[in-house]
Amino acid sequence: MHTYKSIGNNSTNRIKLAASKSKENMKGLLTLDRVIKDYDQLRAVDQISFEVPDSCIFGLLGPNGAGKTSLIRIITGITRADSGTVFLQGQPINTLQNPSIGYMPEERGLYKKMKVGEQLIYLCRLKGKSAAEAKQSVTNWMERFEIMSWWNKKVEELSKGMSQKVQFIATVVHDPSLIILDEPFSGLDPINSNLIKDVIIDLKNKGAAILFSTHRMEQVEELCEQIVLINKGKAVLQGLVKEIRHQFKEHLFELVMNPSEGISWDGYADLLSTQNDVSIIRLAENRKSNEILQHIISQNIDIVSFKEIYPTFNDIFIRTVNESNHE
Amino acid sequence: MNKLGLIINKEYSTRVKNKKFILTTLLTPLGFLLFFVVVVFIFSHESDKTYKVAILDQSGTEIVMPESNSRFIFTESNLPLDSLKSQCKNSEIDAVWLLPKFTGVDVKHYSTYYYTDKTLDIEMESRLSKYLTQSIRKYKIQQLQLNQTELDKLNTEIIIDPEPVQENVQDKSSYTSKIATILGGIMGYVIFFIIFLYGAAVMRAVTEEKINRIVEVIISSASSTELMLGKIIGVGLVGLTQIVIWLVLIPIIYIGVLYFAGFDQSQLQSISTNMDPNAMDKMEDMQLVIRELANLNWVKIFFIFLLYFIGGYVIYAALFAAIGAAVGDDINDSQSLTMFVSIPIILAIYIMFQCIREPDSSLAMFSSMFPLFSPIVMPALLAFDPPWWQVTISLILLLAFGYFVVWIAARIFRTGILMYGKKASFKELSKWIFTKQ
Repeated sequence: MHTYKSIGNNSTNRIKLAASKSKENMKGLLTLDRVIKDYDQLRAVDQISFEVPDSCIFGLLGPNGAGKTSLIRIITGITRADSGTVFLQGQPINTLQNPSIGYMPEERGLYKKMKVGEQLIYLCRLKGKSAAEAKQSVTNWMERFEIMSWWNKKVEELSKGMSQKVQFIATVVHDPSLIILDEPFSGLDPINSNLIKDVIIDLKNKGAAILFSTHRMEQVEELCEQIVLINKGKAVLQGLVKEIRHQFKEHLFELVMNPSEGISWDGYADLLSTQNDVSIIRLAENRKSNEILQHIISQNIDIVSFKEIYPTFNDIFIRTVNESNHE
Repeated sequence: MNKLGLIINKEYSTRVKNKKFILTTLLTPLGFLLFFVVVVFIFSHESDKTYKVAILDQSGTEIVMPESNSRFIFTESNLPLDSLKSQCKNSEIDAVWLLPKFTGVDVKHYSTYYYTDKTLDIEMESRLSKYLTQSIRKYKIQQLQLNQTELDKLNTEIIIDPEPVQENVQDKSSYTSKIATILGGIMGYVIFFIIFLYGAAVMRAVTEEKINRIVEVIISSASSTELMLGKIIGVGLVGLTQIVIWLVLIPIIYIGVLYFAGFDQSQLQSISTNMDPNAMDKMEDMQLVIRELANLNWVKIFFIFLLYFIGGYVIYAALFAAIGAAVGDDINDSQSLTMFVSIPIILAIYIMFQCIREPDSSLAMFSSMFPLFSPIVMPALLAFDPPWWQVTISLILLLAFGYFVVWIAARIFRTGILMYGKKASFKELSKWIFTKQ
């Protein structure tokens, strides 16, 4: 059926697999298998494979120009991959636009002169719903967001935040099983951000897969269970968020002691800095945290607090991208 | 409803329900009417202005005084030239027309002098010389003792009635070509107008959608070709709706105004008689025209007209849509690209005017086949009854070319619609045609 073009064995495997689950264990709602897309001289998407299971918020990360939009356009059926296959619910996606995908692009847009209700019904029907189904669904969503009074307003009369809500409804109104959100929180105030966040989590709990593209790493930490990090068209990091953070930890600990000075570390750890009584230490290799604690206690020093410093996703992102740029 | 149907429906209904559409549709016929009223006003206003001309007749021929009318009031005067001139200065009269000594019947050139500080425009000059020519003609007839009725016999009106050589071909009268010319001109012009107006509307709609960024949402739901065709067809139907409304409204308004607003037929006719003072036997002419109009094969003309209307509109609207998709974030970028589509349309209208003057020329033959021109040229030629093979070949070429243009436009469209930033160059456009999706 599908033959894959090989791009040669000399391409070094730079993908750090934090999670090494076999395909059989993962129930992939969306599966990308060695997807390649070329534009002119540029390989925008280079042998990317990943799986997004049901009921999952999946982060699609990468610096600007990494190939995220190209990849999203392939998944949504706007463009076609040059080689490789995209499966949605086990079926290969062809160029036909798939009604079980909801896509909210980073560049937002609605028909300015059209009324909100009319517009949402139109967009929902374009996804294959009947007029009655569309009207019912639009009504439900607008009630949920408490914006029924906007039904007859033109989009151009709405504020940016308001039209952002309408845009979100347009993405999910046809009840898609895969929801692709490109920077969904940009331009939203904290209240509306939380509202949308709750809805996203709710949709996830109801079984939808959410492919979430963002540059805001704190949102990745907060929401995503899995990620793939793309740089220059290649997947440079992918796996479960928990495991990636574990993999990237540098054995750093934050320590508050009383007294805060005059400890001998004796090769258990290195003191990196001390500020306002908070010391940052790096555990020596092959040492465990309990050992350093015992060592400090044995010096008759009180431990006020002790906690491991996990790398932020921001650091992981920057490190991984810089490393892959230098390779 | 399938996606194409949904898009057509959306494009159609949002436009037709738009207040601006309703206003322009209703106000345009009124605008035309206003234009018409202004034209009538201009013509009637001009004839209100009268000139008082004193004729100082020194010709010695007892020239018959030209009759005063709404335009000129002539008075014969025996006063000396200087005092007439001072009357001119005092604005008592507008001009003094001095007719010097007329030396005899052999005179072929007769110079007269017209004293005025006002301009002597071409129309006035020709009228005055026409008066004098007739007066002198009468004087010469009298002097030469010629018989007026015999002279009248010298005038013969020539009618060239075209007759077919082949049998079973409908006989044409001398009016056939005149009517065909007018009818053809109107049909060609209507198509020209529609292509320009609604083709540009398609382009604007595409660019707006692209600048709005909604296009990315739409083409993740429907294909770019469906979107393009939906727009072309939707806007085309809006155009048809508007034209049908106008076809009904314009005659109603025209008749309404004629009967209720105090315009009478004679005033309107005075315009046409001004233009064509030699028109005579009006009743007989009208009957001939009506007979000729009835002789035309209206069903055939209408059907073929409709085909060219659709073909021409689709070709140009597809080109406009491709341009709309190719321009960048600035809607004004489209101007330089639009030119390349506008030029063939404007050329076609000039060719059309030439073709209805010479419907059998090779220019008419060629341009009625060439698909960029044929939608405007061929409908104009229909009333001249072009041979069926010419129409057939032209229609086949139109269909093939239409299909080709839509294919190319769709390929430019699907790439261009997703490109943001700068407008595309021609090199890029041609590359887009061949890029894979």
